[in-house]
Amino acid sequence: MKLRTFKGGIHPPDNKHWTSHKAIEDCPLPDELVVPLSQHIGAPSVACVEVGQHVAKGQEIGSAKGFVSVPVHASTSGEVVAIENRPHPFGTSLPAVVIKPDGEDSWSYNLQFTDPGSLTADEVIEKVRQAGVVGMGGAAFPAHVKMSPPPEKPIRTLLFNGVECEPYLTSDHRMMLEESERVLQGVALLQYVYGAERVVIGIEANKPDAIALLKKQCADAPVEILPLAVKYPQGAEKQLIAAATGREVPSGGLPMDVGVAVHNVSTAAAVTDAVMLGRPLIERVCTVTGPAIREPKNLRVRIGMPLSHLVEVCGGLVEEPGKIILGGPMMGFTQLGFDVPVIRGSSGLLLLREEDIAKSPEGPCIRCARCVQACPMNLLPTTIAAYARRNLVAETEEYCAMDCIECGSCSYVCPASIPLVQSIRHGKAAVLAKKRNALL
Amino acid sequence: MTAAVALGIAAKKFAVEVDPRELAAMEVLPGVNCGACGFPGCAGYAKALVAGKIEPNLCPPGGAELVTKLARILGVEATAMARQTAVVLCQGDNRKAHLKFRYLGLEDCNAAQRIAGGPKACPGGCIGLASCLRACPFDAIEMTADGLAVISREKCTGCRKCLAVCPRDVIRMTPYESSIHVMCNSHDKGAAVRKYCQVGCIGCHICHRTVPDAYKVEDFLATVVYEQDAEAFEAIAKCPTKCIRDFNEGYPEGSTFLPINNDTSDAA
Repeated sequence: MKLRTFKGGIHPPDNKHWTSHKAIEDCPLPDELVVPLSQHIGAPSVACVEVGQHVAKGQEIGSAKGFVSVPVHASTSGEVVAIENRPHPFGTSLPAVVIKPDGEDSWSYNLQFTDPGSLTADEVIEKVRQAGVVGMGGAAFPAHVKMSPPPEKPIRTLLFNGVECEPYLTSDHRMMLEESERVLQGVALLQYVYGAERVVIGIEANKPDAIALLKKQCADAPVEILPLAVKYPQGAEKQLIAAATGREVPSGGLPMDVGVAVHNVSTAAAVTDAVMLGRPLIERVCTVTGPAIREPKNLRVRIGMPLSHLVEVCGGLVEEPGKIILGGPMMGFTQLGFDVPVIRGSSGLLLLREEDIAKSPEGPCIRCARCVQACPMNLLPTTIAAYARRNLVAETEEYCAMDCIECGSCSYVCPASIPLVQSIRHGKAAVLAKKRNALL
Repeated sequence: MTAAVALGIAAKKFAVEVDPRELAAMEVLPGVNCGACGFPGCAGYAKALVAGKIEPNLCPPGGAELVTKLARILGVEATAMARQTAVVLCQGDNRKAHLKFRYLGLEDCNAAQRIAGGPKACPGGCIGLASCLRACPFDAIEMTADGLAVISREKCTGCRKCLAVCPRDVIRMTPYESSIHVMCNSHDKGAAVRKYCQVGCIGCHICHRTVPDAYKVEDFLATVVYEQDAEAFEAIAKCPTKCIRDFNEGYPEGSTFLPINNDTSDAA
């Protein structure tokens, strides 16, 4: 049987064999946790604790500001030693609450089991908001915002993302294998909130064990497990919708415009914790992998653990890494050092050696159109990039640069090593700047 | 034939009357359409001039000579605007200032700035990817071999195009008469600056103590007070990081621009 997928895309070596067979391990607590106040898309939260104050595990330390914002919680119990700017995965120094763990690791309250049947949809959404749940695939968009679509755009299909198309990463894979009950409970909760008719969990065919397990567990549930052909970027929202439903999200639109909502499987697990146990999002599974680390592992880490601590827990470095990437190799953020903390969107820590980094010099475009073939959004990357580099903003916009999802497939296939996706990002920023100026 | 006649008549009948002064103004304007006057191109400026809305001294590339010409055309009196010149307030090239990471991407300062705040460890220093050079309509900017933008005081007309593209605001407009500048744009504390740059201002106040009128130190960064910089040269030798430069003595290291000595500039 031919598996479903989307048009375009690339087949990078998946390199998941480093960690796909390894069970999730709990990461011990470090000497210091740095919990950034800005971990999600939207307004950063505002610190609501003081230096010197003792905080309990799960206590709110940053309160949400505005609708598209979520609170931030203490990842363990301990003393707040500083509230200051610290290096952040985004590359600059941003406000963070620094906690010195007291070793007790005690919760702020007794965890209470809530029967989800007794809650209304709005109560579920409020619990999700209070727990600070964000999309855990990488973009970290606040989940409660996604869960509140306007009434004129009903969600008929609820899609779960178990694709994990980024090479090297295995955190979602392990979640589905080891915590399938939590995942499926979250799936049921989200279905209840949306009132969706069809529920699909999309999983790439390179995870047959996860597909088999979830199929078995969903035998009686109205949940469809959909194996998908292995291709990058299938985990991107619009590509997953195309692969699973055959629908195309209109240019500039959102999944709700075609009656679909997409959540990551790990987000579903976090929703279960938030709603049934009142547990905020203070930990996640993070794949520490790559050729430069001694013992690649899937670690359950607390938000705010410094990367240096993760490296230590994984047996240290084989050699000085040439590149430190938080996230996957395709869309992750390259880091300047090991002093940044893990945040809610950090699905993996990838350490590459100097020799693993491609560094061929840029050449002229040979018009081979491989980027056009690879583009999952049906754009013309080389044309947009050429306009963007010449600062021709109107043309950049005309060729739909704003539809680019920045997956990097074009740069990956380019035989001339042209920094296509970077040029397009540059062009997108110019288009946005022009729009902002027009409003002023 | 009929069409030609019709066109000929139409051309006469619907001819747009252009004020002869506007055409004359267009003749003398530099015609580089740099936009420094605040109007869309030289034609826009000429139109606004004739409408009498503005003073004829808004064209920096034209300089004092143009102001006199325009004033004669328009039949008004005008005083020339003080000549201004753009200066890159940074000497930290890739040898003197540290880089946070190797940047392999697009040759554009704005694109580089978007990645973790740019490859230079200094938050204010010149990135050196020549965005200003490409923006300059007068060929007044050069890049040194070690990646530092340098602006020629003689070629710069003060059109401000480079200021608009620089993501780090390291280029400033300064009075042409002032040739002494504190060549740093970092507001970090001295200890931090020393870590990433050999030639940055550490905010030690020595220049201010030497010539209190000519220098001020704000936010750990010294600047020349251009209105009263007559004695500013006295502090140049005392600066511990050699951060103060007199452009009449020489341009930053690696530049091919040569200072013209004061006598010739006075004669011109």
